[in-house]
Amino acid sequence: MTDNLPAIEMKDVWFSYNKVPVVERVSFTLKQGDFLGILGPNGGGKTTLLKLMLGLLKPDRGEIRILGKPPKEARKHVGYLPQETDFHMTFPITVYELALMGRLPHARLGRPYKKQDHQIAEEALKEVGMWEFRYAKVGELSGGQRQRVFIARALASEPKILMLDEPTSSIDPQFETDLYELFRELNKKITLVVITHDIGVISQYVKSVACINRTLIFHEEGKITQEMIEATYQCPVDLIAHGVPHRVFPIHKERG
Amino acid sequence: MWEALQFEFMRHALAAGVLVSISCGIIGVLVVVNRIAMISGGIAHASYGGIGLAVFMGIAPFAGAAAFAVLMGLLMGWISLNRKHRSDAIIGAIWAIGMAIGIIFIDLSPGYNVDLMSYLFGSILAVGKGELWFMLAIDVLTLVLVILFYKELLAMSYDEQFAIVTGVPVKALYFLLIALTAFTVVMLIRVVGLILVIALLTIPPYISEQFTSTLGKMMGFSILLSILFITLGLWLSYNFNLSSGASIIVVAGAGFFLSQVLGEA
Repeated sequence: MTDNLPAIEMKDVWFSYNKVPVVERVSFTLKQGDFLGILGPNGGGKTTLLKLMLGLLKPDRGEIRILGKPPKEARKHVGYLPQETDFHMTFPITVYELALMGRLPHARLGRPYKKQDHQIAEEALKEVGMWEFRYAKVGELSGGQRQRVFIARALASEPKILMLDEPTSSIDPQFETDLYELFRELNKKITLVVITHDIGVISQYVKSVACINRTLIFHEEGKITQEMIEATYQCPVDLIAHGVPHRVFPIHKERG
Repeated sequence: MWEALQFEFMRHALAAGVLVSISCGIIGVLVVVNRIAMISGGIAHASYGGIGLAVFMGIAPFAGAAAFAVLMGLLMGWISLNRKHRSDAIIGAIWAIGMAIGIIFIDLSPGYNVDLMSYLFGSILAVGKGELWFMLAIDVLTLVLVILFYKELLAMSYDEQFAIVTGVPVKALYFLLIALTAFTVVMLIRVVGLILVIALLTIPPYISEQFTSTLGKMMGFSILLSILFITLGLWLSYNFNLSSGASIIVVAGAGFFLSQVLGEA
């Protein structure tokens, strides 16, 4: 059974764009059911790491296994939310059509979607609370609503792993909390990987944390240590966690 | 207008207008949303090379144009995939080289005085019965392929990265789209000429996008607009003795500005 296989396994993965190293000796294993937050500065290789896991990029060296398979073969089980959802704002596509697009990996080339595909798309839209907007044009939604529809699309593909690239970059803080609550709910069934540079909010929700700045530091208990942040951002950063019910940050020295 | 219908050439022209509108509306939408208007302009102009070659070899000019248009289209498509940063410059070069080749071959064809103007600006009033059947065949081909691959074309056009991740054969579909664009462009050359093709291909979709919520509706609306523009243009051309191709484009242009004003309001 695939249940015992690790969700993601990377062994000494290297990647460079035009000989400029972006990802170096990354190794980690993520078990199924985990909720991983990947932190890192801009240009630190976060999105590259995601593209490697999706099979959109090929590593120069090393091995990547998603549910025990090469990324391209595991695509059926992986849903993803792109960083930008505000492309093609005038494009004529409805909320319902976009959610249905999530069924593509399960549909056959040159055949229409089946009844079951429509049912699953409907459920996904209901799950994110966007069913009543199904006839709306995607480009006319607010940033938060659009984000929900893209999440519905990812859910409609019935993934075992859901990868989200900066899911809170284009939405207001109020909805951000709702979104993370939704993630917590989803995490009861599937593995989640969230890329973010928002250290504050994510720390309340994730189970594991990884920091990437070319190379990756993996922390299974979800603790963000000063050491990790410094290694990642290469400068001392104060960890500010306001309104956190149970602090995941260890106590750290004040800096003046 | 009605008395004009007693002439067979006018009935043929109107039928051609409706037939080209079907492909033009469907493919035009895909050209606009996939941002390959530049390639379709390149195809239109480069296809003149095929016309010249066909005249030189003594075969039907439109057969030559169609074959050459598909070849040049695929070449330009390949370049825009593999030489992304300079694709517009290279497409611009092929655009002109194709035309130049056509003109040279016509110069070299002994005793043949081809009516250059009819290819540059169209000759919808000279469409024969055989060409109507050709147009119908292209329409059927376009409709069948676009209906068959609608969900894949939608995914590719809206979110190419997602389409790739979910296993849609994006490259194959892209080249299929370019080949269909080439056939449509050759049909449109008959109606408005190769210089004006790009306007009839892009204006109806551009207007439609503002008023429609799905790709399919955008295609349907574009077909209707295209029929409207061609018919009105023909009417203008007939009543005021104007060039048909230019009249059609002027009507489309008026529609374009009107939609902008309505869209603002």
